[in-house]
Amino acid sequence: MARIVAVTGNEAVAEALRQTNPDVCAAYPITPATELMQRFAAFVSNGQVDTELILVESEHSAMSACIGAAAGGGRVATATSSQGLALMWEMLFIASGMRLPIIMPIVNRSLSAPINIHGDHSDAMGARDSGWIQLWSENGQEAYDNTIQAFRIAEHMDIRLPTMVCMDGFIISHSIERVEYLEDNEVRNFVGEYKTLNPLLDIDNPKSYGPLILTDLYHEYKRAQHEVMTKVRGVILNVAEEFEKISGRRYGLFEAYRLDDAEIALVILNSAAGTSKDVIDEFRERGIKAGLLKPRLFRPFPYEEIADALKHLKAICVLDRADSFGGYGPLFAEVSSALFQVRERPKMVNKIYGLGGRDFLPYHAERVLSELVDITKTNKVRIVKEYIGVRE
Amino acid sequence: MKLKGWKELTPGVVILEAGNAAEFKTGSWRAFKPVWIEENCIQCLFCWLYCPDMAIKVKDGKRAEYDYDYCKGCGICALECPGKKGQKAIVMVEEGR
Amino acid sequence: MAVELRLKELSKKEDLFTHGHRLCSGCGAPIVVKMVLLASEYPLIACSSTGCLEVSSCISQYTAWKVPWIHSAFENAGATIAGVETMYRAMKKKGKVDKEIKFVTFCGDGGTYDIGLQSLSGAMERGHDMLYICYDNGAYMNTGIQRSSATPLGAETTTSPAGKVIPGKTQERKNLTRIMAAHDIPYVAQASISYWLDLMKKVRKAFSIKGPKFMNILSPCNRGWRSRTDDAIMLSRLAVDTCYWPLYEVENGVTRITFKPKEKMPIVDFLKPQGRFRHLFSPENEWIIKKLQEDIDREWKRLQKESSLQA
Repeated sequence: MARIVAVTGNEAVAEALRQTNPDVCAAYPITPATELMQRFAAFVSNGQVDTELILVESEHSAMSACIGAAAGGGRVATATSSQGLALMWEMLFIASGMRLPIIMPIVNRSLSAPINIHGDHSDAMGARDSGWIQLWSENGQEAYDNTIQAFRIAEHMDIRLPTMVCMDGFIISHSIERVEYLEDNEVRNFVGEYKTLNPLLDIDNPKSYGPLILTDLYHEYKRAQHEVMTKVRGVILNVAEEFEKISGRRYGLFEAYRLDDAEIALVILNSAAGTSKDVIDEFRERGIKAGLLKPRLFRPFPYEEIADALKHLKAICVLDRADSFGGYGPLFAEVSSALFQVRERPKMVNKIYGLGGRDFLPYHAERVLSELVDITKTNKVRIVKEYIGVRE
Repeated sequence: MKLKGWKELTPGVVILEAGNAAEFKTGSWRAFKPVWIEENCIQCLFCWLYCPDMAIKVKDGKRAEYDYDYCKGCGICALECPGKKGQKAIVMVEEGR
Repeated sequence: MAVELRLKELSKKEDLFTHGHRLCSGCGAPIVVKMVLLASEYPLIACSSTGCLEVSSCISQYTAWKVPWIHSAFENAGATIAGVETMYRAMKKKGKVDKEIKFVTFCGDGGTYDIGLQSLSGAMERGHDMLYICYDNGAYMNTGIQRSSATPLGAETTTSPAGKVIPGKTQERKNLTRIMAAHDIPYVAQASISYWLDLMKKVRKAFSIKGPKFMNILSPCNRGWRSRTDDAIMLSRLAVDTCYWPLYEVENGVTRITFKPKEKMPIVDFLKPQGRFRHLFSPENEWIIKKLQEDIDREWKRLQKESSLQA
């Protein structure tokens, strides 16, 4: 029987970690993720989990310890944000290159400089090439659900890749929302026992992790890693199907909101998608065929599925809560790449919004949707990439 | 060892055959070669102990012949050898002689 | 597995670090690894930071390690092995592992004194049951002999070359062993491959103690030191006999010198066979040799005092 609670995003994800009961966790504080591992530490101190918690001295060491523990052979998790994720950047690639299923909630926060503790997507976007699976969450419920599913996805024997679960810093991590928890035994049965693959602790079969690979083999190892990424979509959908049976909540690679018959649409990640959906409804009431696509899986990026979902539209705005300086926003770049393969494709614009925790309000979505309406009328794009919500 | 194609690789670049470095024979690195003179050997086993390449075979606690497949000719064994009555039990000679 | 510390008996043990590795001819590092593995009476899981030992022992499809081994990055051997050790404790608690396994690292001075100091310190502070072994060859040798904080004063390296204006490294060596002793961990020791019994006794003692332990073992590098391929043991011996590398241990805060040279030799005896110190023998650099001798004498005096105070 589900338990309905009023909790913050951090609490919800900490609860997911409690229920999945990892063997080893590393923890290092950073705003706004601190509370997540803090709550988890309380579970450890109260004996509510069997987890051995390593209170490391930096995030780089957090990921290093997680790598050591996962190579040792067991279920591993940690959480961080922003500068913490940036500090462990080299280790992210090492974790994925070593194919270690580490789970890491990321409480999305902007990157310095200037230092800012609030929510935007620059941290996880900066890690998009790292070989980690990335799941993005609109609200506390999705963050909770994604964290639980992440264990099944990452630990799947065909996959074995580290996985990030993203949720907006402060906006979701610190806001209290209505969340439905699953029962402990439901989660336990769903994630199941951890299955080891080449564990170091199996000392009767000594193995070596982390050789030096030269020009003759590196390319092949990366080809193999690419191949694994191609299998992720299938596993995610299977896991989501199973998850629906125990939760009643359906997940896919993305959420398509009133998209089927839409003419204009927003493509947007995480909490601002929630804000935008209300505006989509308003526009619909005014007779404008607006829709929204909220990606859930960002890495691997489901190019074909998203192109398929968007190709019939006349105009799209992709909103990025991160910027790639000197380039287009990361989400825009992916969506454009997806749609490039389609002959008849929508007009596309890129808006950068909400950096450093700047609020994304309904009227921002209204303005963007109105611009899309104009684009469909005039067939002209005024500017491809623009910052919105900024004081001139 | 023949190089593998991408499909044959172990996930995560893990090497499962412990100690298979032994398939790589480093003996070709030598410029000088140690020669064991058994009659001067007091069986102290220092040569075996100090050899960085585990190139001295020991059978039942007694030093036996060199494993020339691996000896890199560093000469540590020859230098450290106490020998018998001032005569070394190991001398270095130029490889190829 | 309790094999007596006699060479005859030890020689019957299986090579847990095999030949076929790519370390230079006459390198001290494999001798360090070999002696430690011979001394250990427990099954081990090892970790190395990036460095000579790591790249040469595990390359392409080959590994010289017959114990489970992991390398993840350069600065994090302390954190990496701490992770493995923690998973071991988690598994042991759950009854999924029943063997008594010990955890050891083999890291160069580069990955220990400098970039790796934080993760080493953190691991020691948290009390993980592990033995961190630093094979100290006094420079970043793997990248071609660049100075580290372990490089002795005056030594020539490629980033501290002996030039017209600057005569090699201008800073004194960091005394990492003292820093580790100041962490108040149960056991800290300095050892040398030239005194194998002292080394092995220390390794055995370390593994028998629960908690974080640190050992610093001098590892001559004939490439970086510009010495002969055959002098690794000889230079290790000179290092000890000149008190450049005193052999001591600090057990639960009590310092004990474990080997007193019969005759304390002048530092020049250690410097002469090494090309990296050749420029110190010019008259304008004499002050460096003098300073080196002073530093050594001062540290040796301090050690003797500490050792006798607690005798």
